[in-house]
Amino acid sequence: MNAPAPIQQKRTSAWSMYRAIVGIGAFCALLIVTVYEATAERIADNKARFLSNAVAEVLPASRSTVEVTLNADGSLVAATEPADLPVFLGYDENGDLIGAVITAQGMGYADNIRVLYAYSFGRKVIVGFKVLESKETPGLGDKVEIEPHFLANFEGLDARLNEDGTALANAIVTVKQGEKTEPWQLDGITGATITSDAIGAILNQGSSAWLPVLERDGRAIQPPQPTQE
Amino acid sequence: MALKQVSPTDEFIKGLWRDNPVFIQVLGMCPALAVSNTAINALAMGLATTFVLLMAGLSVSLLRSFIPREARIVSYICIIATFVTCVDYAIMAISIELHRALGAFIALIVVNCLILGRAEAFASKNNPGRALLDGLGMGVGFTFALFFIGVVREILGSGTLFGVDMFPDGFQTWTVMVLPSGGFFAMAMWLLVVNWIRQREGGAEKQANERSREVAS
Repeated sequence: MNAPAPIQQKRTSAWSMYRAIVGIGAFCALLIVTVYEATAERIADNKARFLSNAVAEVLPASRSTVEVTLNADGSLVAATEPADLPVFLGYDENGDLIGAVITAQGMGYADNIRVLYAYSFGRKVIVGFKVLESKETPGLGDKVEIEPHFLANFEGLDARLNEDGTALANAIVTVKQGEKTEPWQLDGITGATITSDAIGAILNQGSSAWLPVLERDGRAIQPPQPTQE
Repeated sequence: MALKQVSPTDEFIKGLWRDNPVFIQVLGMCPALAVSNTAINALAMGLATTFVLLMAGLSVSLLRSFIPREARIVSYICIIATFVTCVDYAIMAISIELHRALGAFIALIVVNCLILGRAEAFASKNNPGRALLDGLGMGVGFTFALFFIGVVREILGSGTLFGVDMFPDGFQTWTVMVLPSGGFFAMAMWLLVVNWIRQREGGAEKQANERSREVAS
């Protein structure tokens, strides 16, 4: 009995493979760029609206804001382009400076946490707080966004500067839940220790970097002109 | 022996129950367990995956004679990644909040074995119409499965459904249900229910066959 002849599989030419891979790559590139172009404006609007809503949420008394940045010589100026971690000055309906909104970030338990918080020039305290980005554990770390006793810290978290106005008078620190004794301490969350500690560190770092400059130069920045209807 | 002809309706329906990607094939477990902590997240992830399944299935089916066997995996992944990128942009354009909630899992749709599996096992061997029906059926089945898991986890873990309170103030939420382990508990519970129903269906079918044999004899 003769053995069956082995099945000869047709060899694919290199040209067919090049054609397929390059063709599909070109089609995919075209599609991605088209969708990007079609959605870019809407995405930018959504991001701007999200940030603007967040600013209004943490500093509800502000009627207008100016984004500020640091000049090469370390002085405060109005920003000409949006920054990655924007800082805003907030004004009331009379154009008086009432507060600043600072974006800050730092490492949490799972990943970077990005927060937005408001500083009151009148009371020298942090008065509002919102988490912008977080990948903390649902049900544990993300309690910093909803836990009422933690959010109560931001009814007036002391952020006074020292006599020279060069640094915080007292570093902002997180303490164990129920052990807060000083106005600059954050009452932490049991079960979300690392995340609440991280929030304290982020606020301390952001405030140490920005509040001396904002207190020194903030009042020199002109409020935005009211738009004519 | 002639192969049984599968109707287009069957191509669609099989993904909903008989070959459900989550409860029967146990595919795509990463998003099924990770993003199903609320019903809205589960629905959004299911719809995003359905769109990618549909478009990838259609594209692979249309290009099946153009893609050589040796270059098929790289081509399929390239096509799938393109549609996932498009979905990513679309979700950001619809809602930044939703995009934040779904996080990294939108990008991870690329490596959902369900999508590559349907492209390789079905779309590359069938016409575009059947590929679309198969993708739609699998996508809807996947969405339903995620939604059912999400409903249980949100109600028990947060005491809400679509953010609306479901219990009186005194209800103590089961935090474990919104944690990753809660995904496994909810999944196990649904697998128990689905397998129980399938066993009952199998038993009823067996009894009907025996009865018809008795009548015939």
